Amino acid sequence: MVSKLTNTVNWESQLLLFVKNPDSQLFVDVSIYIVYGGLMFQVRIHGRGGQGVVTAAEMLSIAAFLEGKHAQAFPSFGSERMGAPVQSFCRISDVEIRLREPVLEPNAVIIQDRTVIEPSNAFGGIVDGGFALINSPDKLSCDFKSNDVTVACVGATEIALEHVGKPLPNAVLLGSFAALTGIIKIDSVIEAIRTKFSGAIAEKNVSAAKAAYDKIS
Amino acid sequence: MLLQLEGSQAISRAIALCRPGVICAYPITPQTHIVEDLGQLIHSGELKNCDYINVESEMAALSVTIGSQAAGVRSYTATSSQGLLYMIEAVYNASGLELPIVMTLGNRAIGSPINIWNDHSDAMSVRDAGWIMLFPETNQEAADLHIQAFKIAEVVKCPVMVCVDGFILTHAYERVDIPSQEIVDDFLPLYKPHVSLDTKNQLAIGTMVPPEYFMEVRYLAHKRQSEALGIIDCVGKKFQEKFGRQSGELIRTYNTENADTIIIAMGSVLGTIKDTVDELNAQGGKFGVVSIVSYRPFPAEAIKAAIGNAKRVVVLEKALAVGIGGILSKEVELVLRDTKAKVVSTIVGLGGRIITKKMLADYLLQDHYEAEVFLGLNNETVEREHKSIKSCCCKQKVNQ
Amino acid sequence: MTTLTIGNRLDKEDTAVQSEHDRKNTLTSGHRACQGCGEALGARCVIDAAYKATNGKIAVVNATGCLEVFSCIYPENSWQVPWLHSLFGNAPAVATGVASAFRVSGDNDMRVIAQGGDGATCDIGMGCLSGMFDRNDDVLYVCYDNQAYMNTGVQRSSATPIYTRTATTLPTAGYIGNAIGTGKNVPEIAMAHGIPYVATASIANIRDMEEKVLKAISIRGARYLHVHVPCPLGWGYQPSETIRVARMAVECGLFPLFEAENGVLVGSTPVDNPKPVEEYLRTQRRFAHLFGKNAPADAIEAIQRIASGNIEKYKLSGGF
Repeated sequence: MVSKLTNTVNWESQLLLFVKNPDSQLFVDVSIYIVYGGLMFQVRIHGRGGQGVVTAAEMLSIAAFLEGKHAQAFPSFGSERMGAPVQSFCRISDVEIRLREPVLEPNAVIIQDRTVIEPSNAFGGIVDGGFALINSPDKLSCDFKSNDVTVACVGATEIALEHVGKPLPNAVLLGSFAALTGIIKIDSVIEAIRTKFSGAIAEKNVSAAKAAYDKIS
Repeated sequence: MLLQLEGSQAISRAIALCRPGVICAYPITPQTHIVEDLGQLIHSGELKNCDYINVESEMAALSVTIGSQAAGVRSYTATSSQGLLYMIEAVYNASGLELPIVMTLGNRAIGSPINIWNDHSDAMSVRDAGWIMLFPETNQEAADLHIQAFKIAEVVKCPVMVCVDGFILTHAYERVDIPSQEIVDDFLPLYKPHVSLDTKNQLAIGTMVPPEYFMEVRYLAHKRQSEALGIIDCVGKKFQEKFGRQSGELIRTYNTENADTIIIAMGSVLGTIKDTVDELNAQGGKFGVVSIVSYRPFPAEAIKAAIGNAKRVVVLEKALAVGIGGILSKEVELVLRDTKAKVVSTIVGLGGRIITKKMLADYLLQDHYEAEVFLGLNNETVEREHKSIKSCCCKQKVNQ
Repeated sequence: MTTLTIGNRLDKEDTAVQSEHDRKNTLTSGHRACQGCGEALGARCVIDAAYKATNGKIAVVNATGCLEVFSCIYPENSWQVPWLHSLFGNAPAVATGVASAFRVSGDNDMRVIAQGGDGATCDIGMGCLSGMFDRNDDVLYVCYDNQAYMNTGVQRSSATPIYTRTATTLPTAGYIGNAIGTGKNVPEIAMAHGIPYVATASIANIRDMEEKVLKAISIRGARYLHVHVPCPLGWGYQPSETIRVARMAVECGLFPLFEAENGVLVGSTPVDNPKPVEEYLRTQRRFAHLFGKNAPADAIEAIQRIASGNIEKYKLSGGF
C-alpha cells in the first residue's frame, strides 16, 4: 500500500550512478552521507517501549551485516518504560562507521506507532530522496519539508496479529523496509529475524515480514 | 569470527575466551548486559570451570573478586557510575594488594543530580586509585582490550579497568571480530598466581604497613605503573602480531604529521572527531587527532612526541573537576608545559549530552579559542539559574 | 560447672585442643594485643580448633579491627595459617571469593573462615554478611564480640549493651548511656537467614566453643559463630579477670550459649541458679554509673529483665 511514490530510484541505484559518474551531483541531491570514500544510509526508528523498537534496529543491522556491510545500531538511551516514546538508530555503510551521534538526518524513518509522529518529531531531518515507512492501515497525509520523500503506509500491527498473534510490528516493518528501500534483501531480513528469535516465534515473524514485503513489492 | 554484536556481548565473549575462574556480578546499568551474557555463557556450559556469583552490592562484587584473585584464580567483575563509587574502598584495596583483577567500567555520569547517561566522571573519580585504566574507541577495541587487560594485569601485578563508554558502546550493535579460543589461549596462557592462600607457601596478605615502610610501598606502586607503559605498548604490539589488527597500545595518532591543531580525547567520541577532522581537512584544515588509550599510566612522553610542533591542542573531555575545570586537559597541559602548543580545555558531553559532528566542526573552525570551553552549554538555563543564586547572596548581605 | 583452667582433663576425650601439647598455636605469641585480651584468646582457640578439624586445610579472612591490627604489622605476622585482610566491611564477601576460588581450583578440602569484631560484623559488614548468608556460601564466619569499637577508642556499636558507657555514649545528667531499645541480635539475624548452623560461644567455656567450631567445620554452607570476648581496656576491669567476667556474663543469662540449625534453636547450655546481673555489672567500670549515689532508678532492673528474657527464650533453665 504505497501511498506516494515520488522517487522510484532506490539507494543502490543511486550508488551505482555515483560509481559510474563520480562527478554526478545526484548523491548530494539525495543527501546521502559521504564517509571517507563510502556512502552511509541512516535509519531512525520511532515507536513505543515494548514494541521492539530497539530490536528492530538491531535486526536491521544484522541483516546489513549478513550482506557484508558495516552496520551500527543503537537505541536512544534512557530509562523509558513500556509505552513511552522511544527511538533507535541504524547506520549502514560499505566502510567502517565511526560516527556516534544519533541519526539526525535519516535517509529513512520507520514509524512503528503513528501516535508518536508528532511528539517525537519523527519526520525531523529526513533528507531529500528519503523514505518514511509508517505503521498504519490507512493512508496518512504527511507533512514534510521536502516533497521528495517516499511514503509507505503498512498495516504492520494487523499483519503481526494475523501471523504472530501479537501486536508487534517491528519485524513486519523490516519486511516492508526491504521492499521500499532496497537497501537490504528480504532474505537478509529473514535471517536476521532468525538470529534474534528462535523456534515458532521466529518463523511466525518471518512469515509476517514476508507478507509485508510482498504487499509493497 | 566476524559477528554483529552488542558491545556488551562482544565484551562478555572476550571475557569468556580469557577463561576466568570467578565472575562476580551486581547489576548496574549499563554494564548489566555484560554480566547477564556471562551468566548465560556459564549456565549453558559454554564457559566451563567458572564460578558465577550474584552478590548484594558493588562493594561485595569487587570484594568477592579480591578474595578469589588472592586465592589464586583469574577473576572478573564489572561496574558503572555510582556502583564504582560504592565499591571505591575496594578499588583502592585491590590495587594495594597487587591483585591482577580485570574490571569493566561502563562509563557513566555520577550524581547528584541522578543521570544514567554516558560521560567519564566515574572513571575520573578513581584516576588515582592505582589501577591501569584503558579506554577503547570501538566495540572491537573494547573486546580486544579485555584480552590484553588480563595479560597486562598479570605481568604488572596490577588490576586493570577497561573503561567502555556506557550505552554509546555497551548498547551499540556493530561488527566485531571475536577471535578463536586457540589464538586467545596462545596469547594469554593459564594464570599462574604470584600470590595465593596456599597452605604450603603460607602468606599473610594485606598486613598493616607502618610509616617505616609505607612510602616505599606507594613509591613501588608508582614505579611499577611507570614500567607498565612499556608493557602496555608491548602487549598491544604482540596483539597486533597475533590477531592482525591494531588495538590498544598507549596512544594512537591520526593525521598528526602536519597538523596545526591536534584534538586529544578518549573513548567512543574519537570516531565522531575523526569524521569531523576528515571533513575539515578536505576543506583545507590542518587538524590531527591523538587518541589516549592508556589513561593510567599516563603516556606523557608518547603524547609529547605525537603533538610535535602543533600550535594548538584541543582536549575534548567528558568530565569535569568542579572548582578547577577539565581533568585530562590539566594533565595534558602539564605534559606540554615546555612546548609552544597552547592547550584548550573543552568540556563536552556531560551526562550524555549529544556530541555531533556539526557541533565539533563549528567549534574547531573558529579563529579564537577560549582557554576553557563548555561546548553545547545552554546559556539561557545557566543565566536563569545563576541569577537566582546571585540574588540570594545579595539578600544575605542586606540582612547582615 | 566449667573450670578456670583451659580444659585440662585427664580423660583424653574431654581434653580441649588448647590443652594439647602439640596444638598449632595458629595465632602465635609475640603479637601486640593488650594483656588479658579476650579476642586474642578467642581467635586462637577457634582457629586452632578449626586447624585441627581440617588437618590444617584452612584459610582465614580477617576484617579490619583490633584482631587484624595487633596480629599482623609488616614485616611481622603472628598467623600460622594462610591469612588475608582486605577491608573493614567486606570480610564475608572476600571469604566468599576465597571459597569460590578453592572450589573452582578443585581444592575442595580447603575451608574458609572469616572473622571480625562486632563493629565489622554487626555494623559496617552487615550487608556483605547478609549476602553471604543469603547465598549460603561455604564460609564459617566468626564474630568476636567485645561490644564496642575497641580499636578506635571504645565507641558504641550495635552490639553494645544498653546503659553501657562508651566514648560515644558517655552518661551525663539525664542520659544513662546507650539507650534502651537499641542494638541488634546478630545470631538471631543469622538464624532468620535459615543458614545451616548458628551458635554462640564464650571464651569462658573453651571446650564448648571448640565443639561448636568442630561442628561448624563438619557442615558445608554458611555458618555463623558469635563469640563473647571481654575487653579489659574497653570494659574497665583487671586483665587477669577476663575469663571470670566472661563466665559471669554467661552465668547471669546476659550472654546465652545456644545452637541453631536451619534457623531453628536446637540446643542451649543450661544456667543453673542464674546469678543476678548486678554481680556481673559491678565487675566493670563501663557500668559503674549504674551504681552509687546518682544511679538511675530501674536501670539494673531493665538489664535483669533482658537476662531473664534470655533464660526463658533460649531455655537456659533446661528443656533441651
